[in-house]
Amino acid sequence: MTRILYCNCSYAQAVPKEVKEEVLKRLCASGAAFDAVADLCDMSARKDPAMKKLVESGDVKIVACYPRAVKWLFHAAGAPLPKDGVEVLNMREKTADEILAGLQPK
Amino acid sequence: MNKTEGKNLRVVLYEGPGSAPLPAEDRYRAISALLQNGFEVSRPAAGGSVARADGAPMLVLGRFEGGSTPPIEGADVRDVTGLTSDGVLGAAREIREKAGARKLEAWKPWFPVIDYDRCTNCMQCLTFCLFEVYGVDKNDKLTVQNQSNCKTDCPACSRVCPEVAILFPKYKKGPINGDVVRQEDIQREAMKIDISALLGGDLYQSLKTRSSDARKRFSTERDESKALLERKRCLKELGKDLDIPDEVLMSLPSAGDIQERAERAKAKFAARQARSQTVKDTKPPPSEKEWGI
Repeated sequence: MTRILYCNCSYAQAVPKEVKEEVLKRLCASGAAFDAVADLCDMSARKDPAMKKLVESGDVKIVACYPRAVKWLFHAAGAPLPKDGVEVLNMREKTADEILAGLQPK
Repeated sequence: MNKTEGKNLRVVLYEGPGSAPLPAEDRYRAISALLQNGFEVSRPAAGGSVARADGAPMLVLGRFEGGSTPPIEGADVRDVTGLTSDGVLGAAREIREKAGARKLEAWKPWFPVIDYDRCTNCMQCLTFCLFEVYGVDKNDKLTVQNQSNCKTDCPACSRVCPEVAILFPKYKKGPINGDVVRQEDIQREAMKIDISALLGGDLYQSLKTRSSDARKRFSTERDESKALLERKRCLKELGKDLDIPDEVLMSLPSAGDIQERAERAKAKFAARQARSQTVKDTKPPPSEKEWGI
């Protein structure tokens, strides 16, 4: 089962506000289970051990920013992403509709 | 507590058996308020899963039937029936205080992240950064050691990286923000990265020469305002080239500190070179097995 991890980029406005708000609103309105964090950058800076649990055991779709940034943020926190089963959906480039379509089970 | 330390409080919004689900709008407002205030939130639902509990402080919120909260091992439980998002946030703040979890910091998490698929360990960034953000690990591999020393909104070290291997995920433009690195990015960065060319030789020697020239000029001209204007002009040019915020330029260490740091960096580099040379010299010749014979 694929889990969902949403990053709110709370400490800066790197992700367009209207995209992240719309994605979160529709996630909340859906029946989907998800984990949401205030800011992956902040967690990475603190090497938060919680980053490990967020991406372990099974496939995960990470709704955040650029895949290269997300990959190395996890690595920097000592929680490297598994090679398989991780998909990053980039709210800096995609619309809310595209993100939500990407969250649909295939 | 350091601004990069401490565990967040995880808030679990429970809507399963024994509780009433929140209307979608209330759920959104509550989760949004919690995220804006630094909390980690999980919303379990039938047919899906969330991250496991990991011993970090946890608060379970729900609209429990009859208002009675079920005991959950390792977690605080609160009934939020009738509470607005402010009320939910208040409950979470109270438990955060009680659990000694990390509070929201006024720190924008701004620090370099290394793309090790691209980094060649050339140490240009380590030598360039004046705030000791970078270091090396026990294997002499470049690492980011002091994230909180990094100057907010300053991406200068990424501009001197010849491989475009340094990311600042919150930066406005690619590829520094993590966007895909294109050939034209490498060429563009290459035009800026050659510090030697930029400053006419060794960076620290250049600074020393410049400082010495300035002193000479200063002593002959005795014109403080002219020297100050020249310094301002140079810093402005450097800031423009590397996109360094003014406040960072204003907080640069003194010329003496820079010189001292340069000496330390040189000594470290020489020691590293000597160590790697020793390893090469003492490495025995490959065995027949290693040669695959």
